[in-house]
Amino acid sequence: MTLLNPYFGEFGGMYVPQILMPALYELEKNFIAAKKDINFQKKFLYLLKNYAGRPTPLTLCKNLTQGTKTHIYLKREDLLHGGAHKTNQVLGQAMLAIQMNKKEIIAETGAGQHGVATAIACSLLNLKCRIYMGVKDIERQKPNVFRMKLMGAEVISVKSGSGTLKDACNEALRDWSDSYKNSHYMIGTAAGPHPYPRIVKEFQKIIGEETKKQILKQEKKLPDSIIACVGGGSNAIGIFSDFIDEKVNLIGVEPAGQGISTGKHGAPLNHGSTGIYFGMKSYLMQNKEGQIQKSWSISAGLDFPSVGPEHAWLHSIKRAEYVSITDTEALEAFQILSKKEGIIPALESSHAIAYALKIMNKNPDKSQILIVNLSGRGDKDIFTVSEILKNRKKL
Amino acid sequence: MNRYKKIFQKKTLLKEGCFVPFVIIGDPSLEISIKIIETLIENGADALELGIPFSDPLADGPIIQKSNLRALSKNYGILKCFEVIQILRKKYLNIPIGILLYANIIYNQGIKNFYEKCSKCNLDSVLIADVPIEEYNIFYKYANEFNIDSIFICPPDANENFLSQLALYAKGYIYLLSRPGVTGLDKKRITLSNEFIKKVKKYNTLPLLQGFGIKNAIEVKKSILSGTNGVICGSAIISIIEQNLNNEKEMIKKIKNFSFKLIQSTKCI
Repeated sequence: MTLLNPYFGEFGGMYVPQILMPALYELEKNFIAAKKDINFQKKFLYLLKNYAGRPTPLTLCKNLTQGTKTHIYLKREDLLHGGAHKTNQVLGQAMLAIQMNKKEIIAETGAGQHGVATAIACSLLNLKCRIYMGVKDIERQKPNVFRMKLMGAEVISVKSGSGTLKDACNEALRDWSDSYKNSHYMIGTAAGPHPYPRIVKEFQKIIGEETKKQILKQEKKLPDSIIACVGGGSNAIGIFSDFIDEKVNLIGVEPAGQGISTGKHGAPLNHGSTGIYFGMKSYLMQNKEGQIQKSWSISAGLDFPSVGPEHAWLHSIKRAEYVSITDTEALEAFQILSKKEGIIPALESSHAIAYALKIMNKNPDKSQILIVNLSGRGDKDIFTVSEILKNRKKL
Repeated sequence: MNRYKKIFQKKTLLKEGCFVPFVIIGDPSLEISIKIIETLIENGADALELGIPFSDPLADGPIIQKSNLRALSKNYGILKCFEVIQILRKKYLNIPIGILLYANIIYNQGIKNFYEKCSKCNLDSVLIADVPIEEYNIFYKYANEFNIDSIFICPPDANENFLSQLALYAKGYIYLLSRPGVTGLDKKRITLSNEFIKKVKKYNTLPLLQGFGIKNAIEVKKSILSGTNGVICGSAIISIIEQNLNNEKEMIKKIKNFSFKLIQSTKCI
């Protein structure tokens, strides 16, 4: 029996081989204990403040919104140590691993942001670390691979299947089912079997808490909309968390990739169907036979055929709205933010920025406050973008 | 009496263990797959465990994963798999046939619809690799409605709590894991002890089949001597398929020889 509800409505659960159940129970038990443990919380907040660099600023984009009545703010998770929001929760999970007396960490990564964050936490807290990464992602995210290795992590290339995040996730789960006695599987997003979606939200909710305080201080009111990109959904659930019970539009942006009609996308919430994969019941990209389909996004971090179960639930009860942005639109937003504000966003976050710009441009005379979770910085993506722009003769 | 009961009773009387081969339906093609299965049956397999191909078989190691992908590359759907089972059933009325698959295949079909199809094929059991006992209720309900045995996996470190739950749910037989991890020909270890098997038997009267890493006659003998009712052997057979993809005759011959050795070793206890 679980101590917490493993479901969000009909979504979630623990769909794993039986052998992993004791490991999930152990994790849940330790997570609940850690939430109540003042010393754990103190140390976690200390690390967030003094190591990771919280709170992150809330930046008003004056140039981007010039000539309109829209205020666009960016929650600057790109300024967190490691360059993305991922650092928040890996510190929490690494502390949980230590509490469980596990000396080894297994992780998987797509864009490499979670991989880098995991390597950071393991280096800081002296844990052995191995990271599974699709062979294609290793190729398109070379700088992050180098960073992981530099910090002492072993990066394991996954050649099976499509050689992307989906296959790295499978491989990490396989490793864990063999090594769970000594290892902790550090899932990087608010997806996977219970209790991971709840753990990741708990350690990421600080994004939403800070944002609320900051916007109330700066604007004296809550925003109209919070906008965040959604792959597995950790940055989105982090910033949504403190606004779920408020009258604020919550907008998640999925990758439409090369266009929804091409089938090359990563938008299961709007264009997938309910199924069971990666330990949970959620929306999935699957064919009519129930085989999991390959997802697609210019951003490796969003290239995942499913989504965290709480997003599936928020979507099903219509509390959050989920939209999609194509690769081309994200690329434009990537360039616009770099040029107008001097901030190079991660390609993931560029999807959220692109949607905020759409809202602004649709109604430039409307007074509105939009907050975009700038979940990561774009240094890792400059090679991908430069290649595309060169091919399009735009550089 | 159902087919599992019959075969296990017969084997107990004969003081022999069971040999249950596992292969993926459709690997390397439907036609060859049927030939492989028939070879195994005619060679003396006591029951069959057949895999329904899935894109992301995360409880399986690389050998079985590749087998799944080879089968899927031929674009046959689950209906074709059921057709294969029907062909086998018509020809072999008495052999127990179980399938192993992943939850999404069932969920996608509609759980009730899926078990109804299993029943129409005269299938004996279903094992869902990524559904633990804790999530099984909805599957169990329809499995029972259509008289399909639900097979559960018992890990080598199962505690008493789990074993007593297993006693309530399991039907047909219990799939005993040799070791943690995924399927494959792991050379390192097979950790099942006689004490553990005794402990499982304290809670359960169902027959026990040991799976994961069974690759030679010595391991089969060892398993049966430690108190199991037999073995399930998958990766070792599938690796013969993989190594002989371009030579069907050789593939069938090697599978025949290999399974013969293992089957013989279930008898010399």
